[in-house]
Amino acid sequence: MSRSFETGGAPHFPPHATIASVMLQVVCALTPAIIAHAWFFGPGIFVQILLACLFALGFEAAMLALRGKPLGSYLGDYSAVVTAILFALCVPPLAPWWIAAIGMFFAIVVTKHLYGGLGHNLFNPAMVAYVVVLISFPVDMTSWLPPTAIAEYRPGLAEVLLSIATGHAPGGLAWDAVTGATPLDTLRTSVATGRMISEARQAPIFGDFGGLGWEWIANWYALGGLWLLWRRVVTWHVPVTMIGSVLLLGTAAWLSDPGSNPAPLQHVFSGALVIGAFFIATDPVSGCASPRGRMIFGAGVGIITLVIRRWGGYPDGVAFAVLLMNMAAPLIDRYTRPRIFGHGRPGGGAR
Amino acid sequence: MHADPRELAKQAGQQRHHFPGGLRLRHNKQISCAVPVERAALPARLFVPLLQHAGREAEPLVAAGQRVLKGELLAGLPGGEEGNPDETGGAPMHAPTSGTVSAIVRHLVSHPSGIEGRCIVIKPDGLDQWTSLHPIGDWRQADPAALRQVIGSAGIVGLGGAVFPTGIKVREASERGIHTVILNGAECEPYISCDEMLMREQPGSIVLGAQILQRAVGASRTVIAVEDQMGAVHQALRSAVDGAGARDIDIVRVTTIYPEGGEKQLIQVLTGLEVPSGGRPTDLGLLCQNVATATAVARAVTQGKPLVERIVTVTGNGVRKPRNLLVALGTPISSLVDQCGGYTPGAARLVLGGPMMGYALASDANPIVKAANCILVLTEEDIRAPQPEMPCIRCGECARVCPALLQPQILHWAARAGLWNETEDGGLADCIECGCCDFVCPSHIPLVDWFRFGKSELRRRELEHHRAEEARRRFAAREARLALQKQERRTRMQEKKAALESDREKQQGIAAAVERVRQRREGEP
Repeated sequence: MSRSFETGGAPHFPPHATIASVMLQVVCALTPAIIAHAWFFGPGIFVQILLACLFALGFEAAMLALRGKPLGSYLGDYSAVVTAILFALCVPPLAPWWIAAIGMFFAIVVTKHLYGGLGHNLFNPAMVAYVVVLISFPVDMTSWLPPTAIAEYRPGLAEVLLSIATGHAPGGLAWDAVTGATPLDTLRTSVATGRMISEARQAPIFGDFGGLGWEWIANWYALGGLWLLWRRVVTWHVPVTMIGSVLLLGTAAWLSDPGSNPAPLQHVFSGALVIGAFFIATDPVSGCASPRGRMIFGAGVGIITLVIRRWGGYPDGVAFAVLLMNMAAPLIDRYTRPRIFGHGRPGGGAR
Repeated sequence: MHADPRELAKQAGQQRHHFPGGLRLRHNKQISCAVPVERAALPARLFVPLLQHAGREAEPLVAAGQRVLKGELLAGLPGGEEGNPDETGGAPMHAPTSGTVSAIVRHLVSHPSGIEGRCIVIKPDGLDQWTSLHPIGDWRQADPAALRQVIGSAGIVGLGGAVFPTGIKVREASERGIHTVILNGAECEPYISCDEMLMREQPGSIVLGAQILQRAVGASRTVIAVEDQMGAVHQALRSAVDGAGARDIDIVRVTTIYPEGGEKQLIQVLTGLEVPSGGRPTDLGLLCQNVATATAVARAVTQGKPLVERIVTVTGNGVRKPRNLLVALGTPISSLVDQCGGYTPGAARLVLGGPMMGYALASDANPIVKAANCILVLTEEDIRAPQPEMPCIRCGECARVCPALLQPQILHWAARAGLWNETEDGGLADCIECGCCDFVCPSHIPLVDWFRFGKSELRRRELEHHRAEEARRRFAAREARLALQKQERRTRMQEKKAALESDREKQQGIAAAVERVRQRREGEP
């Protein structure tokens, strides 16, 4: 007697990885930095992440329903959650709730789904969201509390929640009283007003390399990023070329004029450079695909960031740099196609 | 200056190189290696498909009711000499056992699409009696052309899976000039162990086959490549080589990375050279054969026995007692599974070949063919639970594991969008369909399926282009012909007119003469 079987395509193996597993690993890699963030800037980050995730998943579900896509497999891929967390990490911890709402609308609805959904967006959703709210609400987006270690006033969770819900500064104080400029902001203003970098660095918000607290968060980002490298979730190309180009150009600038250019390590450990190098510029969808393309992409983000920091209108330029390079990614990919096996080696395939 | 690749290729095996990409997979080979290879019992009926090789279907040379002996010619290739592969390719088929031809019918032929093809059905008589065999007395003295002739008429094909007729391969190779024979013992797909068992149990015949192949194509040395995880195999081959005193045979251990056993990948590992796109190993002066093919060559030459059986691995968690069996071609898979203790309750998928490149069969009534190296029965837990396909997120994992250095994500996108020029530029034709990209894709996109579809689409387009070109030529030829005809007609007409003209002059002359006569007559009376 012969027996019949169901057929199916090769390879005949259980699934090796899923998008959800990739995204969850990114979330895991971000966790130490989130905890460090809370350590230095208070519990606001947890609220921001929660809010952003809620809005992101809500918009995602609505868009999937509108587009007639299955909710289960797409909501469960955690891509919206990663976008939300990356956005929340860029937002001041006490930013009002509607910042997250507007940000996630632009990230999920406009940047992602209007361009065709998962895998089709030209731009990094978290960075579009960040840039939209940064340009539209500059005051709210630059109201950073100083690190708790040097802060005179440390709001508790209840005050944080109230502040985020109402948009009023915590403890009935004025925003100016509780917030301060970020380290990069301080540097920028100092240079603009003709002071030396070394003078500006006397301010208590600076640490050994970057901003106080910021440099530790950057360390944890780097640690998470290295773990992602080890897990082969990201490749070395973007982080190495991005940080490398900043170090290289930063050193050149610093050596030529140390008075108005911060030290190269100051660049690396301030702002969004490390999170950008490991978590944002490595986004596969909006970045380059080929190894050489990724190297150009990473170097491009690093160079543009430095240019914006030095000459641009914003203290940190990572988000703009990423978006600008996103635009260039398809073209870079086109011109950096790897050589195909058995093609084009002179001497008929000799190595 | 780049050295001549043919010269570089002469150093095959002296250094080990790497090929790009690839996967380290769990071998799962031990489960079928516990017991020695044993001859499988003959089933009630053998179904011998007429197409078991790359090329044309063979024509049956027997009729229903005819009694045949084991090794007797069942089908040959039309056009060529009897039992000889002709230009279009193919290999003859021989009776796997003695018995009676009961019919020539359409039956399942172990094809991926599940189609039926013509099969010669043989009812074994149980005697397994050989026909008269004509071995070559001393192969060391034999004419290489005679050796090649025997290899061709023995119906030998590449037993590693490509089933290209070996007779044609060695003939072409000898014409191109070969310096090194590579025997491929790198059985890189998980679960499959038939080559490993063969190398363990019959190393002598592999070495003999290597020596014969070397003489048949005029090569000066042989490299046998085995995987580094096959310890016993290396020992066995070593002593066989020493025993034969074959100083021109090297055994090279290669690391076990899938798809190391791919012809192009193995050559890259042994020589550091890439077989040019669209080219063959012969371009580098190499002939690559599977180890099982070598033993078939040795048997054909020294014993006169054609290819009528092969070792098949029957394995997987869906089989109670996995093992390797020596199987008469045409034996239904169900009979082999029965001899391995039957299916386990969880058996869910029947695969011919390995888990990476093998294809699922819909029925175990399919027969063992020359290409069938492994029957893999998998349970529900072993196989990919039906995962929803997600959009590509361009993570690039597929490109990282691709041994052909392709960008599968771009090829997939282009194939999906129907941008065929894009797929062509992207090197779709260079895809070896190893399935590495499929394996790692987090979006579970059936990439290899898309690439097979894309390749067939490219072939179709090429054919269409060719036809259009033909039609254009035909049209141009017709236009030219019509123009010529018109021209001819015109000339003819002009000639006629001219003729008429001159006729008229003549007539006028006549009329004038008649008139003159008439006038003369009128003036006479």
